[in-house]
Amino acid sequence: MAAVQVSEAEKVYILHGIRDDLRVDGRGCEDYRHMEIETDVVSNTDGSAKVTLGHTAVLVGIKAEIGKPRPMVPDEGYLEFFVDCSANATPEFEGRGGEELGTELSNTLYKVFNNKHSVDLKSLCISTGEHCWVLYVDVLLLQCDGNLYDAISVAIKAALFNTKIPRVHISADDEGGKEIELSDDPYDCMRLNVENVPCIVTLCKVGHRHVVDATLQEKACSVASLIISVTHKGMVTCTRKVGGGSLDPESIFEMTEAGKRVGKALHAPLMKLLQQEESLGKKHQKVGFLG
Amino acid sequence: MAADMRLPTIRKPVSLSVSAFDRRDLVVPGDIITSDTGFMRGHGTYVDEEKLTASVAGEVQRVDKLICVRPLKTRFNGEVGDVVVGRITEVQQKRWKVETNSRLDSVLLLSSVNLPGGELRRRSAEDELTMREYLQEGDLISAEVQSVFSDGALSLHTRSLKYGKLGQGVLVQLSPSLIKRQKTHFHNLPCGASIILGNNGFVWLYPTPEQQEEEAGGFYTSLEPVSLSDREVISRLRNCLLALAAHKVLLYDTSVLYCYESSVQHQVKDILKPEVMEEIVMLTQQKLLEQEG
Repeated sequence: MAAVQVSEAEKVYILHGIRDDLRVDGRGCEDYRHMEIETDVVSNTDGSAKVTLGHTAVLVGIKAEIGKPRPMVPDEGYLEFFVDCSANATPEFEGRGGEELGTELSNTLYKVFNNKHSVDLKSLCISTGEHCWVLYVDVLLLQCDGNLYDAISVAIKAALFNTKIPRVHISADDEGGKEIELSDDPYDCMRLNVENVPCIVTLCKVGHRHVVDATLQEKACSVASLIISVTHKGMVTCTRKVGGGSLDPESIFEMTEAGKRVGKALHAPLMKLLQQEESLGKKHQKVGFLG
Repeated sequence: MAADMRLPTIRKPVSLSVSAFDRRDLVVPGDIITSDTGFMRGHGTYVDEEKLTASVAGEVQRVDKLICVRPLKTRFNGEVGDVVVGRITEVQQKRWKVETNSRLDSVLLLSSVNLPGGELRRRSAEDELTMREYLQEGDLISAEVQSVFSDGALSLHTRSLKYGKLGQGVLVQLSPSLIKRQKTHFHNLPCGASIILGNNGFVWLYPTPEQQEEEAGGFYTSLEPVSLSDREVISRLRNCLLALAAHKVLLYDTSVLYCYESSVQHQVKDILKPEVMEEIVMLTQQKLLEQEG
Protein backbone atom coordinates (compact mmCIF):
# COMPACT_ATOMS: atom_id res chain seq x y z
CA MET A 1 0.00 0.00 0.00
CA ALA A 2 1.30 3.48 -0.75
CA ALA A 3 2.82 4.86 2.41
CA VAL A 4 2.96 8.50 3.41
CA GLN A 5 5.57 10.01 5.68
CA VAL A 6 4.44 11.71 8.87
CA SER A 7 6.59 13.64 11.29
CA GLU A 8 6.85 12.78 14.99
CA ALA A 9 4.73 15.74 16.02
CA GLU A 10 2.01 14.84 13.51
CA LYS A 11 1.97 11.28 14.88
CA VAL A 12 1.54 12.58 18.42
CA TYR A 13 -1.30 14.84 17.27
CA ILE A 14 -3.09 11.95 15.52
CA LEU A 15 -2.56 9.65 18.52
CA HIS A 16 -4.00 12.10 21.03
CA GLY A 17 -6.91 12.82 18.71
CA ILE A 18 -7.83 9.16 18.42
CA ARG A 19 -7.52 8.82 22.19
CA ASP A 20 -10.17 11.56 22.50
CA ASP A 21 -12.36 10.03 19.74
CA LEU A 22 -11.89 12.98 17.37
CA ARG A 23 -9.92 12.08 14.30
CA VAL A 24 -8.25 14.57 11.97
CA ASP A 25 -11.28 14.77 9.67
CA GLY A 26 -13.77 15.01 12.53
CA ARG A 27 -14.90 11.37 12.45
CA GLY A 28 -15.29 9.15 15.48
CA CYS A 29 -13.18 6.01 15.84
CA GLU A 30 -15.84 3.80 14.26
CA ASP A 31 -17.10 6.04 11.46
CA TYR A 32 -16.61 5.35 7.80
CA ARG A 33 -15.83 7.93 5.19
CA HIS A 34 -18.33 8.86 2.51
CA MET A 35 -18.99 5.82 0.32
CA GLU A 36 -20.43 5.75 -3.20
CA ILE A 37 -21.51 2.49 -4.80
CA GLU A 38 -22.66 1.82 -8.31
CA THR A 39 -23.32 -1.51 -9.99
CA ASP A 40 -23.46 -2.63 -13.62
CA VAL A 41 -20.73 -0.26 -14.79
CA VAL A 42 -18.82 -2.70 -17.03
CA SER A 43 -21.01 -3.89 -19.87
CA ASN A 44 -19.17 -7.03 -20.93
CA THR A 45 -19.20 -8.71 -17.53
CA ASP A 46 -21.96 -10.71 -15.91
CA GLY A 47 -21.85 -8.47 -12.84
CA SER A 48 -19.82 -5.46 -11.83
CA ALA A 49 -19.62 -2.77 -9.19
CA LYS A 50 -17.56 0.33 -8.49
CA VAL A 51 -17.05 1.55 -4.95
CA THR A 52 -15.49 4.87 -3.91
CA LEU A 53 -14.58 5.15 -0.23
CA GLY A 54 -13.06 8.57 0.39
CA HIS A 55 -10.37 8.61 -2.30
CA THR A 56 -10.05 4.82 -2.55
CA ALA A 57 -11.71 3.55 -5.73
CA VAL A 58 -12.21 -0.14 -6.48
CA LEU A 59 -13.78 -1.80 -9.53
CA VAL A 60 -14.98 -5.41 -9.44
CA GLY A 61 -16.05 -7.42 -12.47
CA ILE A 62 -17.52 -10.92 -12.31
CA LYS A 63 -17.58 -13.31 -15.22
CA ALA A 64 -19.35 -16.65 -15.11
CA GLU A 65 -17.81 -19.45 -17.14
CA ILE A 66 -18.67 -23.12 -17.39
CA GLY A 67 -15.96 -25.35 -16.01
CA LYS A 68 -15.25 -28.67 -14.38
CA PRO A 69 -16.04 -28.86 -10.66
CA ARG A 70 -13.35 -29.61 -8.13
CA PRO A 71 -12.82 -33.36 -7.56
CA MET A 72 -13.47 -33.20 -3.78
CA VAL A 73 -16.81 -31.39 -4.20
CA PRO A 74 -18.38 -32.51 -7.48
CA ASP A 75 -21.76 -30.91 -6.79
CA GLU A 76 -20.54 -27.36 -6.19
CA GLY A 77 -19.25 -24.51 -8.31
CA TYR A 78 -16.48 -22.22 -7.05
CA LEU A 79 -15.13 -18.67 -7.08
CA GLU A 80 -11.73 -17.53 -8.30
CA PHE A 81 -10.32 -14.21 -7.11
CA PHE A 82 -7.76 -12.05 -8.80
CA VAL A 83 -6.71 -8.62 -7.57
CA ASP A 84 -4.91 -6.26 -9.91
CA CYS A 85 -3.25 -3.16 -8.48
CA SER A 86 -3.35 -0.66 -11.31
CA ALA A 87 -0.47 1.74 -11.82
CA ASN A 88 -3.11 4.49 -11.84
CA ALA A 89 -3.32 4.19 -8.09
CA THR A 90 0.29 5.00 -7.31
CA PRO A 91 3.55 4.86 -9.30
CA GLU A 92 4.79 2.14 -6.92
CA PHE A 93 2.42 -0.28 -8.64
CA GLU A 94 4.06 0.16 -12.00
CA GLY A 95 5.11 -3.05 -13.72
CA ARG A 96 5.32 -5.80 -11.13
CA GLY A 97 5.31 -3.50 -8.13
CA GLY A 98 1.70 -4.20 -7.26
CA GLU A 99 1.97 -7.97 -7.51
CA GLU A 100 2.82 -8.57 -3.87
CA LEU A 101 -0.08 -6.53 -2.60
CA GLY A 102 -2.41 -8.10 -5.16
CA THR A 103 -1.47 -11.63 -4.13
CA GLU A 104 -1.94 -10.79 -0.45
CA LEU A 105 -5.39 -9.33 -1.13
CA SER A 106 -6.55 -12.29 -3.23
CA ASN A 107 -5.26 -14.82 -0.67
CA THR A 108 -7.28 -13.05 2.02
CA LEU A 109 -10.36 -13.11 -0.20
CA TYR A 110 -9.99 -16.86 -0.70
CA LYS A 111 -9.87 -17.31 3.06
CA VAL A 112 -12.91 -15.09 3.60
CA PHE A 113 -15.08 -16.99 1.12
CA ASN A 114 -13.78 -20.43 2.02
CA ASN A 115 -16.87 -21.68 3.84
CA LYS A 116 -20.20 -23.25 3.00
CA HIS A 117 -22.39 -20.30 3.88
CA SER A 118 -21.06 -17.18 2.15
CA VAL A 119 -22.14 -18.06 -1.35
CA ASP A 120 -24.49 -20.95 -2.13
CA LEU A 121 -22.05 -22.97 -4.22
CA LYS A 122 -24.54 -25.79 -4.83
CA SER A 123 -26.65 -23.41 -6.91
CA LEU A 124 -23.68 -23.00 -9.22
CA CYS A 125 -23.72 -26.68 -10.16
CA ILE A 126 -24.98 -27.62 -13.62
CA SER A 127 -24.42 -31.35 -13.71
CA THR A 128 -22.69 -33.16 -10.88
CA GLY A 129 -19.09 -34.07 -11.57
CA GLU A 130 -19.09 -32.68 -15.09
CA HIS A 131 -20.12 -29.06 -15.39
CA CYS A 132 -20.46 -26.19 -13.00
CA TRP A 133 -20.36 -22.42 -13.02
CA VAL A 134 -17.04 -20.85 -12.10
CA LEU A 135 -17.27 -17.21 -11.05
CA TYR A 136 -14.12 -15.29 -11.85
CA VAL A 137 -14.04 -12.27 -9.57
CA ASP A 138 -11.60 -9.65 -10.86
CA VAL A 139 -10.80 -6.72 -8.63
CA LEU A 140 -9.09 -3.63 -9.99
CA LEU A 141 -7.65 -1.00 -7.66
CA LEU A 142 -8.05 2.38 -9.29
CA GLN A 143 -7.06 4.67 -6.44
CA CYS A 144 -5.42 3.92 -3.14
CA ASP A 145 -6.22 5.99 -0.05
CA GLY A 146 -6.24 3.45 2.73
CA ASN A 147 -8.70 0.76 3.75
CA LEU A 148 -8.53 -1.43 0.67
CA TYR A 149 -10.04 -4.56 2.22
CA ASP A 150 -13.30 -2.89 3.24
CA ALA A 151 -13.81 -1.25 -0.14
CA ILE A 152 -13.03 -4.50 -1.98
CA SER A 153 -15.43 -6.56 0.11
CA VAL A 154 -18.28 -4.08 -0.34
CA ALA A 155 -17.62 -3.99 -4.08
CA ILE A 156 -17.59 -7.80 -4.29
CA LYS A 157 -20.88 -8.02 -2.42
CA ALA A 158 -22.44 -5.41 -4.71
CA ALA A 159 -21.07 -7.12 -7.83
CA LEU A 160 -22.33 -10.53 -6.72
CA PHE A 161 -25.76 -8.99 -6.13
CA ASN A 162 -25.61 -7.59 -9.65
CA THR A 163 -24.43 -10.84 -11.28
CA LYS A 164 -26.81 -12.41 -13.74
CA ILE A 165 -25.92 -16.00 -14.61
CA PRO A 166 -27.67 -17.30 -17.71
CA ARG A 167 -29.91 -20.34 -17.24
CA VAL A 168 -28.78 -23.54 -18.92
CA HIS A 169 -30.70 -26.52 -20.28
CA ILE A 170 -28.98 -29.85 -20.41
CA SER A 171 -30.09 -32.17 -23.14
CA ALA A 172 -28.84 -35.54 -24.24
CA ASP A 173 -26.57 -35.48 -27.25
CA ASP A 174 -26.64 -37.85 -30.27
CA GLU A 175 -23.64 -39.83 -29.03
CA GLY A 176 -25.06 -40.06 -25.52
CA GLY A 177 -23.03 -37.16 -24.11
CA LYS A 178 -24.56 -34.09 -22.48
CA GLU A 179 -25.12 -30.93 -24.44
CA ILE A 180 -25.45 -27.62 -22.71
CA GLU A 181 -27.68 -24.95 -24.16
CA LEU A 182 -27.73 -21.42 -22.91
CA SER A 183 -31.09 -19.80 -22.85
CA ASP A 184 -31.69 -17.42 -25.81
CA ASP A 185 -33.52 -14.85 -23.76
CA PRO A 186 -30.94 -12.40 -22.31
CA TYR A 187 -33.19 -11.67 -19.37
CA ASP A 188 -33.66 -15.32 -18.40
CA CYS A 189 -31.00 -15.52 -15.75
CA MET A 190 -30.30 -16.69 -12.27
CA ARG A 191 -29.40 -14.27 -9.47
CA LEU A 192 -27.25 -15.10 -6.50
CA ASN A 193 -28.38 -14.85 -2.92
CA VAL A 194 -25.88 -12.47 -1.32
CA GLU A 195 -27.47 -12.38 2.14
CA ASN A 196 -24.61 -14.24 3.75
CA VAL A 197 -21.72 -12.67 1.82
CA PRO A 198 -19.41 -11.21 4.45
CA CYS A 199 -18.00 -7.71 4.59
CA ILE A 200 -14.45 -7.11 5.73
CA VAL A 201 -13.70 -4.59 8.47
CA THR A 202 -10.13 -3.43 9.02
CA LEU A 203 -9.31 -2.19 12.50
CA CYS A 204 -6.00 -0.39 12.98
CA LYS A 205 -4.47 -0.21 16.42
CA VAL A 206 -3.30 3.35 17.07
CA GLY A 207 -1.98 3.94 20.55
CA HIS A 208 -4.37 2.20 22.93
CA ARG A 209 -7.44 2.48 20.74
CA HIS A 210 -8.49 1.10 17.40
CA VAL A 211 -9.92 2.92 14.39
CA VAL A 212 -12.10 1.75 11.56
CA ASP A 213 -11.46 2.99 8.01
CA ALA A 214 -8.02 4.43 8.62
CA THR A 215 -6.54 6.97 6.22
CA LEU A 216 -2.96 6.60 5.04
CA GLN A 217 -1.73 9.03 7.73
CA GLU A 218 -3.43 7.04 10.49
CA LYS A 219 -2.04 3.82 9.05
CA ALA A 220 1.46 5.31 9.27
CA CYS A 221 0.86 5.83 13.01
CA SER A 222 -0.36 2.29 13.66
CA VAL A 223 1.84 -0.76 14.09
CA ALA A 224 -0.69 -3.53 13.70
CA SER A 225 -4.16 -4.06 12.23
CA LEU A 226 -6.80 -6.72 12.49
CA ILE A 227 -8.82 -7.74 9.44
CA ILE A 228 -12.11 -9.42 10.26
CA SER A 229 -14.86 -10.52 7.90
CA VAL A 230 -18.38 -10.47 9.28
CA THR A 231 -21.72 -11.58 7.84
CA HIS A 232 -24.99 -9.75 8.43
CA LYS A 233 -25.82 -12.06 11.33
CA GLY A 234 -22.56 -11.22 13.07
CA MET A 235 -20.83 -14.48 12.16
CA VAL A 236 -17.08 -14.19 11.64
CA THR A 237 -15.65 -16.06 8.65
CA CYS A 238 -12.01 -14.98 8.78
CA THR A 239 -9.65 -13.01 10.99
CA ARG A 240 -6.18 -11.96 10.09
CA LYS A 241 -3.55 -9.82 11.70
CA VAL A 242 -1.35 -7.66 9.50
CA GLY A 243 1.50 -5.38 10.38
CA GLY A 244 4.79 -5.79 12.15
CA GLY A 245 3.67 -4.78 15.64
CA SER A 246 2.17 -6.94 18.36
CA LEU A 247 -1.34 -7.04 19.74
CA ASP A 248 -2.09 -8.30 23.23
CA PRO A 249 -5.01 -10.73 23.69
CA GLU A 250 -7.35 -8.23 25.40
CA SER A 251 -7.06 -5.77 22.57
CA ILE A 252 -7.59 -8.55 20.01
CA PHE A 253 -10.80 -9.49 21.80
CA GLU A 254 -11.90 -5.86 22.02
CA MET A 255 -11.14 -5.27 18.37
CA THR A 256 -12.98 -8.43 17.33
CA GLU A 257 -16.08 -7.33 19.23
CA ALA A 258 -15.91 -3.85 17.70
CA GLY A 259 -15.33 -5.35 14.26
CA LYS A 260 -18.39 -7.59 14.62
CA ARG A 261 -20.49 -4.61 15.66
CA VAL A 262 -19.31 -2.37 12.83
CA GLY A 263 -19.45 -5.14 10.24
CA LYS A 264 -22.99 -6.13 11.17
CA ALA A 265 -24.08 -2.49 10.76
CA LEU A 266 -22.64 -2.30 7.24
CA HIS A 267 -24.89 -4.87 5.64
CA ALA A 268 -28.34 -3.35 6.12
CA PRO A 269 -27.68 0.03 4.43
CA LEU A 270 -25.73 -1.72 1.65
CA MET A 271 -28.57 -4.12 0.80
CA LYS A 272 -31.07 -1.27 0.98
CA LEU A 273 -28.97 0.82 -1.43
CA LEU A 274 -28.51 -2.09 -3.86
CA GLN A 275 -32.23 -2.80 -3.91
CA GLN A 276 -32.95 0.88 -4.37
CA GLU A 277 -30.58 1.04 -7.33
CA GLU A 278 -32.17 -2.09 -8.81
CA SER A 279 -35.64 -0.59 -8.51
CA LEU A 280 -34.57 2.51 -10.44
CA GLY A 281 -34.21 0.20 -13.41
CA LYS A 282 -32.93 1.05 -16.88
CA LYS A 283 -34.19 4.64 -16.77
CA HIS A 284 -31.53 5.57 -14.19
CA GLN A 285 -28.54 7.16 -15.87
CA LYS A 286 -25.29 5.54 -14.84
CA VAL A 287 -22.54 7.87 -13.66
CA GLY A 288 -19.70 5.56 -14.65
CA PHE A 289 -16.14 6.80 -14.45
CA LEU A 290 -16.18 10.39 -15.63
CA GLY A 291 -18.88 11.74 -13.36
CA MET B 1 -21.12 4.56 13.57
CA ALA B 2 -23.33 4.14 10.54
CA ALA B 3 -21.57 4.16 7.21
CA ASP B 4 -22.90 6.76 4.81
CA MET B 5 -23.53 4.88 1.57
CA ARG B 6 -25.17 6.32 -1.46
CA LEU B 7 -25.34 6.15 -5.23
CA PRO B 8 -22.92 8.45 -7.04
CA THR B 9 -24.38 11.58 -8.61
CA ILE B 10 -23.09 13.41 -11.63
CA ARG B 11 -21.13 16.40 -10.44
CA LYS B 12 -22.52 19.70 -11.64
CA PRO B 13 -19.93 21.80 -13.49
CA VAL B 14 -18.41 24.52 -11.35
CA SER B 15 -20.29 27.74 -12.09
CA LEU B 16 -17.92 30.52 -12.96
CA SER B 17 -18.74 34.03 -11.89
CA VAL B 18 -19.23 35.90 -15.15
CA SER B 19 -17.53 39.13 -14.14
CA ALA B 20 -14.18 37.60 -13.33
CA PHE B 21 -13.92 35.12 -16.13
CA ASP B 22 -15.19 36.57 -19.37
CA ARG B 23 -11.96 38.46 -19.91
CA ARG B 24 -9.86 35.33 -19.58
CA ASP B 25 -8.88 33.20 -22.50
CA LEU B 26 -8.96 29.56 -21.47
CA VAL B 27 -7.59 26.90 -23.79
CA VAL B 28 -7.21 23.12 -23.74
CA PRO B 29 -4.38 21.11 -25.36
CA GLY B 30 -4.80 21.25 -29.10
CA ASP B 31 -6.65 24.56 -29.23
CA ILE B 32 -5.32 26.94 -31.84
CA ILE B 33 -4.33 30.21 -30.20
CA THR B 34 -3.52 32.19 -33.32
CA SER B 35 -2.56 31.67 -36.95
CA ASP B 36 -0.45 34.83 -37.01
CA THR B 37 3.22 33.93 -37.45
CA GLY B 38 4.49 37.19 -35.97
CA PHE B 39 4.36 35.92 -32.36
CA MET B 40 7.09 34.23 -30.37
CA ARG B 41 6.00 31.02 -28.74
CA GLY B 42 6.47 30.71 -24.96
CA HIS B 43 5.91 27.91 -22.45
CA GLY B 44 2.88 25.73 -23.01
CA THR B 45 2.67 26.26 -26.77
CA TYR B 46 3.96 24.62 -29.92
CA VAL B 47 3.78 25.33 -33.64
CA ASP B 48 1.65 22.94 -35.67
CA GLU B 49 1.45 23.70 -39.41
CA GLU B 50 2.28 27.37 -38.86
CA LYS B 51 -0.47 27.70 -36.28
CA LEU B 52 0.34 28.40 -32.65
CA THR B 53 -1.33 25.65 -30.59
CA ALA B 54 -1.65 25.16 -26.84
CA SER B 55 -0.04 22.09 -25.30
CA VAL B 56 -1.47 22.50 -21.78
CA ALA B 57 -4.86 23.44 -20.36
CA GLY B 58 -4.77 26.96 -18.97
CA GLU B 59 -5.06 30.64 -19.71
CA VAL B 60 -3.29 32.44 -22.50
CA GLN B 61 -0.91 35.19 -21.47
CA ARG B 62 0.32 37.68 -24.00
CA VAL B 63 3.21 40.01 -23.35
CA ASP B 64 3.91 42.10 -26.49
CA LYS B 65 5.03 39.51 -28.98
CA LEU B 66 5.38 36.60 -26.60
CA ILE B 67 2.46 34.20 -26.13
CA CYS B 68 2.52 31.57 -23.43
CA VAL B 69 -0.09 29.39 -21.76
CA ARG B 70 -0.05 29.23 -17.99
CA PRO B 71 -1.45 25.86 -16.89
CA LEU B 72 -4.23 25.78 -14.29
CA LYS B 73 -3.04 22.59 -12.62
CA THR B 74 0.69 22.30 -12.37
CA ARG B 75 3.53 21.55 -10.03
CA PHE B 76 4.73 24.40 -7.87
CA ASN B 77 6.98 26.83 -9.76
CA GLY B 78 8.69 28.77 -7.01
CA GLU B 79 9.83 32.33 -7.12
CA VAL B 80 12.14 34.18 -4.77
CA GLY B 81 10.26 35.21 -1.66
CA ASP B 82 7.56 32.52 -1.71
CA VAL B 83 6.65 30.94 1.59
CA VAL B 84 6.54 27.16 1.39
CA VAL B 85 5.70 24.29 3.71
CA GLY B 86 7.77 21.22 2.92
CA ARG B 87 8.66 17.77 4.17
CA ILE B 88 12.27 16.60 4.58
CA THR B 89 12.95 13.62 2.32
CA GLU B 90 16.71 13.24 2.63
CA VAL B 91 19.54 14.32 4.90
CA GLN B 92 22.69 14.84 2.87
CA GLN B 93 26.10 16.37 3.53
CA LYS B 94 25.56 19.98 4.58
CA ARG B 95 22.01 20.11 3.19
CA TRP B 96 18.54 18.68 3.39
CA LYS B 97 16.29 17.75 0.48
CA VAL B 98 12.76 19.04 0.94
CA GLU B 99 9.66 17.89 -0.91
CA THR B 100 7.60 20.91 -1.91
CA ASN B 101 5.31 19.59 -4.66
CA SER B 102 7.63 20.99 -7.37
CA ARG B 103 9.30 19.18 -10.26
CA LEU B 104 12.54 18.78 -8.33
CA ASP B 105 13.09 18.42 -4.59
CA SER B 106 14.01 21.74 -3.03
CA VAL B 107 17.27 22.21 -1.18
CA LEU B 108 17.73 23.55 2.36
CA LEU B 109 21.40 24.28 2.96
CA LEU B 110 22.85 23.92 6.43
CA SER B 111 24.07 27.49 6.19
CA SER B 112 20.49 28.66 5.61
CA VAL B 113 19.10 27.55 8.96
CA ASN B 114 19.40 29.24 12.32
CA LEU B 115 21.53 27.48 14.91
CA PRO B 116 19.98 26.84 18.32
CA GLY B 117 20.39 29.86 20.54
CA GLY B 118 20.60 32.13 17.53
CA GLU B 119 24.37 32.28 17.40
CA LEU B 120 26.02 33.46 14.22
CA ARG B 121 29.11 31.47 13.33
CA ARG B 122 30.59 29.38 10.59
CA ARG B 123 29.13 25.91 10.41
CA SER B 124 31.62 23.33 11.62
CA ALA B 125 32.03 19.65 10.96
CA GLU B 126 30.23 18.97 14.24
CA ASP B 127 27.18 20.85 12.99
CA GLU B 128 27.20 18.66 9.92
CA LEU B 129 27.17 15.50 12.03
CA THR B 130 24.29 16.69 14.21
CA MET B 131 22.06 17.72 11.29
CA ARG B 132 19.76 14.80 11.89
CA GLU B 133 19.10 15.90 15.46
CA TYR B 134 17.48 19.04 14.16
CA LEU B 135 15.65 17.89 11.02
CA GLN B 136 14.97 14.24 10.21
CA GLU B 137 13.32 12.53 7.28
CA GLY B 138 9.59 13.13 7.52
CA ASP B 139 9.78 16.41 9.47
CA LEU B 140 7.76 19.38 8.27
CA ILE B 141 9.23 22.84 7.92
CA SER B 142 8.07 26.28 6.88
CA ALA B 143 10.64 28.18 4.85
CA GLU B 144 11.08 30.91 2.30
CA VAL B 145 12.56 30.57 -1.16
CA GLN B 146 15.96 32.22 -1.21
CA SER B 147 16.93 31.57 -4.82
CA VAL B 148 16.30 29.28 -7.77
CA PHE B 149 19.05 27.05 -9.12
CA SER B 150 19.69 26.88 -12.85
CA ASP B 151 17.93 23.52 -13.13
CA GLY B 152 14.79 24.90 -11.50
CA ALA B 153 15.31 23.50 -8.00
CA LEU B 154 14.51 25.92 -5.19
CA SER B 155 16.95 26.90 -2.48
CA LEU B 156 15.12 27.50 0.80
CA HIS B 157 16.08 29.29 4.00
CA THR B 158 14.62 29.46 7.49
CA ARG B 159 16.60 32.51 8.53
CA SER B 160 13.80 34.12 10.48
CA LEU B 161 12.13 33.32 13.77
CA LYS B 162 8.80 32.66 12.13
CA TYR B 163 10.16 29.83 9.94
CA GLY B 164 11.51 26.50 11.07
CA LYS B 165 10.39 23.05 12.11
CA LEU B 166 6.64 22.66 12.54
CA GLY B 167 5.13 21.01 15.61
CA GLN B 168 1.73 19.43 16.13
CA GLY B 169 -0.95 20.09 13.58
CA VAL B 170 -2.53 18.97 10.33
CA LEU B 171 -1.14 19.22 6.80
CA VAL B 172 -3.54 19.62 3.87
CA GLN B 173 -2.15 19.07 0.38
CA LEU B 174 -3.82 21.11 -2.35
CA SER B 175 -3.04 22.48 -5.77
CA PRO B 176 -0.60 25.45 -5.81
CA SER B 177 -2.81 27.42 -8.20
CA LEU B 178 -5.49 27.75 -5.53
CA ILE B 179 -3.35 29.72 -3.08
CA LYS B 180 -3.63 33.48 -3.46
CA ARG B 181 -0.43 35.46 -3.31
CA GLN B 182 -0.57 37.82 -0.35
CA LYS B 183 1.67 39.96 1.84
CA THR B 184 1.69 37.44 4.63
CA HIS B 185 0.95 33.75 4.63
CA PHE B 186 0.92 33.27 8.39
CA HIS B 187 -2.47 33.98 9.92
CA ASN B 188 -3.89 33.61 13.43
CA LEU B 189 -7.54 33.04 12.63
CA PRO B 190 -10.08 34.45 15.10
CA CYS B 191 -11.83 31.08 15.30
CA GLY B 192 -9.03 29.72 17.45
CA ALA B 193 -6.40 28.15 15.21
CA SER B 194 -3.46 29.32 13.11
CA ILE B 195 -2.80 28.63 9.47
CA ILE B 196 0.20 28.77 7.16
CA LEU B 197 -0.86 28.95 3.49
CA GLY B 198 2.22 27.76 1.66
CA ASN B 199 2.52 28.96 -1.93
CA ASN B 200 3.26 25.39 -2.97
CA GLY B 201 -0.23 24.22 -2.03
CA PHE B 202 0.72 22.72 1.34
CA VAL B 203 -1.42 24.29 4.04
CA TRP B 204 -0.49 23.81 7.70
CA LEU B 205 -3.11 24.10 10.44
CA TYR B 206 -1.95 24.24 14.04
CA PRO B 207 -3.19 25.36 17.44
CA THR B 208 -2.32 28.99 18.19
CA PRO B 209 0.64 29.10 20.59
CA GLU B 210 -0.25 30.87 23.85
CA GLN B 211 2.73 33.16 24.00
CA GLN B 212 5.02 34.04 21.13
CA GLU B 213 8.04 31.84 21.79
CA GLU B 214 11.44 33.46 21.56
CA GLU B 215 13.56 30.44 20.71
CA ALA B 216 15.21 30.39 17.32
CA GLY B 217 13.04 28.94 14.59
CA GLY B 218 11.14 26.12 16.25
CA PHE B 219 13.89 24.01 17.73
CA TYR B 220 11.61 22.86 20.48
CA THR B 221 8.36 21.18 19.44
CA SER B 222 5.80 20.82 22.15
CA LEU B 223 4.34 17.34 22.41
CA GLU B 224 1.69 18.30 24.96
CA PRO B 225 -1.80 17.08 24.04
CA VAL B 226 -3.82 19.69 22.20
CA SER B 227 -7.19 20.54 23.78
CA LEU B 228 -10.38 19.08 22.32
CA SER B 229 -11.87 22.44 21.36
CA ASP B 230 -8.73 23.39 19.41
CA ARG B 231 -8.83 20.02 17.70
CA GLU B 232 -12.40 20.54 16.59
CA VAL B 233 -11.55 23.93 15.12
CA ILE B 234 -8.60 22.46 13.24
CA SER B 235 -10.64 19.51 11.90
CA ARG B 236 -13.39 21.85 10.78
CA LEU B 237 -10.87 24.11 9.04
CA ARG B 238 -9.31 21.10 7.33
CA ASN B 239 -12.64 19.93 5.96
CA CYS B 240 -13.50 23.49 4.88
CA LEU B 241 -10.20 23.72 2.99
CA LEU B 242 -10.95 20.46 1.19
CA ALA B 243 -14.45 21.68 0.35
CA LEU B 244 -13.12 24.96 -1.07
CA ALA B 245 -10.43 23.14 -3.04
CA ALA B 246 -12.97 20.72 -4.51
CA HIS B 247 -14.91 23.71 -5.85
CA LYS B 248 -11.81 25.55 -7.04
CA VAL B 249 -12.22 28.59 -4.81
CA LEU B 250 -9.12 30.76 -4.32
CA LEU B 251 -7.73 30.25 -0.82
CA TYR B 252 -6.74 33.12 1.41
CA ASP B 253 -7.45 33.98 5.02
CA THR B 254 -10.79 35.69 4.34
CA SER B 255 -12.23 32.91 2.17
CA VAL B 256 -11.17 30.26 4.68
CA LEU B 257 -12.72 32.23 7.51
CA TYR B 258 -16.01 32.79 5.68
CA CYS B 259 -16.15 29.09 4.85
CA TYR B 260 -15.57 28.24 8.51
CA GLU B 261 -18.38 30.55 9.58
CA SER B 262 -20.76 29.09 6.98
CA SER B 263 -20.05 25.58 8.16
CA VAL B 264 -20.77 26.11 11.83
CA GLN B 265 -24.28 24.67 11.74
CA HIS B 266 -23.07 21.33 10.34
CA GLN B 267 -21.16 18.64 12.18
CA VAL B 268 -17.46 18.47 11.35
CA LYS B 269 -17.62 15.05 9.71
CA ASP B 270 -20.65 16.01 7.60
CA ILE B 271 -18.79 18.81 5.82
CA LEU B 272 -17.24 16.35 3.35
CA LYS B 273 -20.61 15.12 2.08
CA PRO B 274 -21.16 16.45 -1.46
CA GLU B 275 -24.40 18.34 -0.80
CA VAL B 276 -23.10 19.98 2.37
CA MET B 277 -19.87 20.96 0.59
CA GLU B 278 -21.86 22.61 -2.17
CA GLU B 279 -24.03 24.53 0.26
CA ILE B 280 -21.10 25.80 2.29
CA VAL B 281 -19.09 26.86 -0.76
CA MET B 282 -22.08 28.70 -2.22
CA LEU B 283 -22.57 30.66 1.02
CA THR B 284 -18.84 31.46 1.07
CA GLN B 285 -18.88 32.71 -2.51
CA GLN B 286 -21.91 34.87 -1.78
CA LYS B 287 -20.19 36.43 1.22
CA LEU B 288 -17.05 37.07 -0.80
CA LEU B 289 -19.03 38.77 -3.57
CA GLU B 290 -20.82 40.95 -1.02
CA GLN B 291 -17.52 41.94 0.48
CA GLU B 292 -16.08 42.88 -2.91
CA GLY B 293 -18.99 44.81 -4.29
